[in-house]
Amino acid sequence: MIHPIPPGTRDVLPEEMRELRRLQAALIEVFEGRGYGEVATPALEYDEVLRRGGGRGDHAAYRFFDEGGELLALRSEMTVPIARLVATRYGQAESPHRFCYIAGAYRAVSPQRGEMREFLQAGVELIGAPAATGTVEVIDVLEAALDAAGLDSAVIGLGDADLYRDLLSEFGLGEEALDAVLARLAAHDLVGLEEELEAAGVAGEQARSCLTLSQLRGGPEVLEQAREHDASAVARAVERLHDVNEALGSRPGGHRVQFDFGLMRDLGYYNGAILEVYDPAVGRVLGGGGRYDGLMKRFGLDLSAAGFALDLERVQVARVEERRRGGGVR
Amino acid sequence: MSEPLKLAVPRGALFGETLDVLDGAGVDTSELRGDSRSLIFETAGMTLVTMRPSDVPTYVEAGAADVGITGKDVLLEQSDRPVYELLDLGFGRCRMVLAGRTGSDQLDDAERSVGAMRIATKYPRIAERYFESTGRQIELIEVKGSVELAPLVGLGDGIVDLVATGRTLEENELEVREEIVECTARFVANRVAHKLRAAEIDELTEKLREASRR
Repeated sequence: MIHPIPPGTRDVLPEEMRELRRLQAALIEVFEGRGYGEVATPALEYDEVLRRGGGRGDHAAYRFFDEGGELLALRSEMTVPIARLVATRYGQAESPHRFCYIAGAYRAVSPQRGEMREFLQAGVELIGAPAATGTVEVIDVLEAALDAAGLDSAVIGLGDADLYRDLLSEFGLGEEALDAVLARLAAHDLVGLEEELEAAGVAGEQARSCLTLSQLRGGPEVLEQAREHDASAVARAVERLHDVNEALGSRPGGHRVQFDFGLMRDLGYYNGAILEVYDPAVGRVLGGGGRYDGLMKRFGLDLSAAGFALDLERVQVARVEERRRGGGVR
Repeated sequence: MSEPLKLAVPRGALFGETLDVLDGAGVDTSELRGDSRSLIFETAGMTLVTMRPSDVPTYVEAGAADVGITGKDVLLEQSDRPVYELLDLGFGRCRMVLAGRTGSDQLDDAERSVGAMRIATKYPRIAERYFESTGRQIELIEVKGSVELAPLVGLGDGIVDLVATGRTLEENELEVREEIVECTARFVANRVAHKLRAAEIDELTEKLREASRR
């Protein structure tokens, strides 16, 4: 007798479960070893709490009423629940706070695309540590986590969430035109971006700046290349990334970071540094994160913050694929 | 040393001009021009994978192909697939249009008398978005093959379809009523490949840009 489960969900059988547990144990060891205590929060929260994260209405895909008529929602990620936890339970405690988690999260999916409605995330949140030092600590933990997961070829893309909003404001764009251009940047539709810029009256050097910056990615040399664009928004973003680069360079050994002026993330609470994780073995992004200095304020605490989350199932796929390819030959 | 870059090449209407622009960019396409039944071709420094244009976003999104060429019509219809659109190649120019029977008031009549036009199309999402954005109601009928047939035998009042020369419409006594969007061939990239193989993809983009402007 076959009893179906909803598309985008899955059962895990013992063999895979053992692999997953090993991966989780290795990650928790890294997190705990760096002072990030593991926490769990309810999968169900009040919708009003999750809504504080902002974003494009994707704070919760599954909402329903409880027996008392309260609107509840399944969390779509862990950053907002942990912000709530810190504000509620650690409001008076001395910062910084360091927490890690391995938890299920829930998102809407497009049909027949292999997307998961319920997926497992592993990540950390560092709350109360300012930019540069805080960002670098988070990158440090992420690199150690990728090492522990055996993803030798994984790369961390590092960008700046404020760059284009600031730059386009500097060019004098109004809210509506600005959003239209940002949407093209986020989709990385360069043909559409050129059209939108033209429609918004951005031409010549300014339009070229926007297009060139969105394609600028690579080692620390791209920071110098970005400086050639004459705009204070660019200078500020370069300065922030430069600080991170300096701090990264002062550690022993190399690093996995690639600077990327085209990086955009769609969650509503990021500012300053943002990051994404890629592995050549899989075509999809393995995880991401960044700074969200404004988020804690929405919960009544004026603390800067940063963190990342990895999609554990995708990490597992990348692990298997890297092993198959012979341990990251490229 | 990394694997060669995989490029998805669309078979069908865009095939010839795609090969021409690739030649112009220094990619050897001579094997693809033969009558080989193979789907995968190895050239110096690049693997060319041939497929239906509508499959290109699927392969590129998943990273099974690093980059690809396909029509804007395909990208618009599959706009939920996040691929990076890097370049307008300019060829394969055609228009997405609303067409009705020549000299007939059927489309307008349908809107007036039953409040919705019945539209047959192979592009349900483009059609749906277009009518939604112009504030009109339609009843959508998705077909897979020759959509010109639909209004002739009473399946729908009009069609939304891609038109290059307009000859097919004419031969079936249909005429363009509204133009929805102009479409050309586009160069697209997988988002992870775009980050991890930046130099190779940027170089190919520049070569294609020059070749497509010649």
